[in-house]
Amino acid sequence: MSVSITLNVNGTDYPVTIDAGRNLVSVLRTEIGLTGTKEGCDDCECGACMVLIDGHPVNSCSYLAAQAADRQVLTVEGVMVGNELHPLQQALLDEGGVQCGFCTPGMIISATALLNHNASPTEEEVRIGLSGNLCRCTGYVKILAAVQRAVADAH
Amino acid sequence: MNFTIATTLDDALAAVASGARPVAGGSDLVVGARQGKAPLPESVVAIDRIRSLGDIDESNDGVRIGALVTHARLEVDAGIVRTYPALADASALVGSPSTRNVGTLGGNVMNASPAMDTGAPLLVLAAEIELQSTKKSRRIPIGELWTAPGRTSAQPDELCVAVHLPTQQARSSSAYLRLEYRRAMEIAVVGAAASVTLDEDGGLAALSIALTAVAPTIVSVGGLDALIGRQVDAALLADVASRASEQSTPISDLRASERYRRHCVGVMASRAVDAAARRARGESIAVPVNRNLGIGAAS
Repeated sequence: MSVSITLNVNGTDYPVTIDAGRNLVSVLRTEIGLTGTKEGCDDCECGACMVLIDGHPVNSCSYLAAQAADRQVLTVEGVMVGNELHPLQQALLDEGGVQCGFCTPGMIISATALLNHNASPTEEEVRIGLSGNLCRCTGYVKILAAVQRAVADAH
Repeated sequence: MNFTIATTLDDALAAVASGARPVAGGSDLVVGARQGKAPLPESVVAIDRIRSLGDIDESNDGVRIGALVTHARLEVDAGIVRTYPALADASALVGSPSTRNVGTLGGNVMNASPAMDTGAPLLVLAAEIELQSTKKSRRIPIGELWTAPGRTSAQPDELCVAVHLPTQQARSSSAYLRLEYRRAMEIAVVGAAASVTLDEDGGLAALSIALTAVAPTIVSVGGLDALIGRQVDAALLADVASRASEQSTPISDLRASERYRRHCVGVMASRAVDAAARRARGESIAVPVNRNLGIGAAS
């Protein structure tokens, strides 16, 4: 069965007609053309597909796109502030927290979700905040450092 | 797949009565389909916009937790953390922040996994499940709900709408902990919950224990009446461990052998009783016990 819905992504309404069984990541990537959100494990384990829905983190591989109708979806493409990198993005570059880059969009989304409701997280809180995101390159140390740098720069 | 969004309980019950499967966060239904365990059902009704199922209501009888209350809310809700900390211990261990954000208590209960984290706490806290259909509403003890892995005694037209927890006695508390190999996106290797009530002299006035991932369903430990009146000391905790291990019937799989599970569930049960008794004495052990007693994977 097809459903016609409106997905609000990064503040823009996108009317789409999709099969009701489609997951959100595939609709974001192939119908809307926003390919920043990655499909990693397709199994709710790795966090590469993380988006915010109404401000809360969701694995978009395991979420029906139709359930996001009329909600506010934020992907990594919507994180920039005007033409400036978000402080988290800049801190990831400055700290060397990006290697292959595949996990980076999900890391940025999870960190954004954390900082939205906790502006001064401890290292332990940052670790918990990023605990649904796997990275095979960095060993996480530089990613943790980047989030903490973004926190410190904001104060 | 036929798909509708219900915004009222009546709409959801009508859809379920006509054969639709409910979906809230999708963290079991959709993940199972992605993994190839089971294809998406022919008909699905999204229930996550039904506001009346998302409340936590305290009353003189205890607390009523709507089926759509998420793990993210349970792990920090002041009333749950204060009065029913075993449930908060469990919700805080589920998946990752995103899993806890979409995963609901009703979904966890009705998915009926023998490894579910909230099951053992709900069993020792004497939870009742409120099931509703277009025709009637009923409440059953949670121990009568799970019949086999992934199976419940709920009728096909019934929707879980709430979980009820009774009031707690003075000098009572609870705890849940699990053996885990990593700190996130983990499933309990084994786990145990304990609910303890102490008498005025610090002896056991009431004790219940339930075990996770050592049987086809979450199970209670029997024969604990013989322990009533004893102090919670090393000898008692050893007796708890041996009872829990003896009564478990685990399987071997890629995550642990039967023998290892049988031993470790005793360790988890004794630590759960210890933590619950310490909380009942007024000691503050923050949620989740796993992290704050240094149990489980190291950071």
